[in-house]
Amino acid sequence: MKSCAMLVLLAAALLPVGSVRAAQADHVAATHAWIRLLPGDLPAAGYVTLQNNDCNVATLIAARSKTYASVMLHQSTQETDGMSSMVMVEHLKIPAHGAISLAPASYHLMLQQAAYPLKIGDNVEITLDFADGSQLPVRFLVQPANAVDAN
Amino acid sequence: MKLSRLVHLAGLSILLIATLLLVACHQDQPPPWQLSDISGHMPDLSFQLTDDQGKTVTAADYRGKVVLLYFGYTHCPDVCPLTLAHLHVVMQRLGKLSDGARILFVSVDPTRDTPAVMHNYVTAFDPHAVGLTGSPSDIEALSKRYRAAFTREPGNANGGYEVSHSSGIYIFDGNGNARLLATPADPQDKLVHDLHLLLSPGDAT
Repeated sequence: MKSCAMLVLLAAALLPVGSVRAAQADHVAATHAWIRLLPGDLPAAGYVTLQNNDCNVATLIAARSKTYASVMLHQSTQETDGMSSMVMVEHLKIPAHGAISLAPASYHLMLQQAAYPLKIGDNVEITLDFADGSQLPVRFLVQPANAVDAN
Repeated sequence: MKLSRLVHLAGLSILLIATLLLVACHQDQPPPWQLSDISGHMPDLSFQLTDDQGKTVTAADYRGKVVLLYFGYTHCPDVCPLTLAHLHVVMQRLGKLSDGARILFVSVDPTRDTPAVMHNYVTAFDPHAVGLTGSPSDIEALSKRYRAAFTREPGNANGGYEVSHSSGIYIFDGNGNARLLATPADPQDKLVHDLHLLLSPGDAT
């Protein structure tokens, strides 16, 4: 944390004019991005691991794609009585120097109304929107329905 | 001299006690199952529904098969596909034995899950999977039989809706007797182990 503040100070000293702080999206690395493709027009789920390399929290607030008319951030929850449900997630904080996984049975992007029939092996671009207005385009690999640990 | 004899005797007694304990343990062998044993706690498999070919089927059609009963719905993009994908891997790991097993995926959303939709869905996962749908009352009767609950959540602006549902996998033997209960969180190894026992010819259970 200390070194991070020092870096910011250093950057401030080096850049006397203009904004010092880079956008949240610039510090987030997306890996393991894949979509579980389901038959027909059934909603699919998108998964990705987001690593935040900044000393500030990055907050994911939305996602969108030209390929899907609807992209929503969801979370599957499991109650103690064994009931499984899905809830909408308004925002997802990625801790400073930490990571968040959108993974099966947890956070995921619910993808609906594909613009065209997708095939296994296709790449789909989904743009992640962060709280400060910055954006991160991510390529998701389309995987079969019965993929367990994709990529 | 006396002391060494005493030590010898003590050693022998310890050996004797250890042997007795071992024998006792062996007689009181723990059940072989790694999943939850529900034998005698859940009713036999019984239902009348429509399979993914549009045919009326009953539990009797699956006698002789080890049945894995799971409630879900096709518009469930996350947990249901994950569970079915795991069961697919379990079937693959069982090899030829898997021919004796059927995954019965029962829809808790019969309004949207027609036999055709169910057919495309289950075949995307595993050849041993069968999609079952039916009238809301028949499906409710089956889920209540196994104390599996489901609730349709309020819809969104696009007319879409989610269904919360029990996520247990109920396992029945070839005679339709309820035997085991698995959860999606159970490791594949446990399922493979227990299904191997249930599916092996001449199993002592």
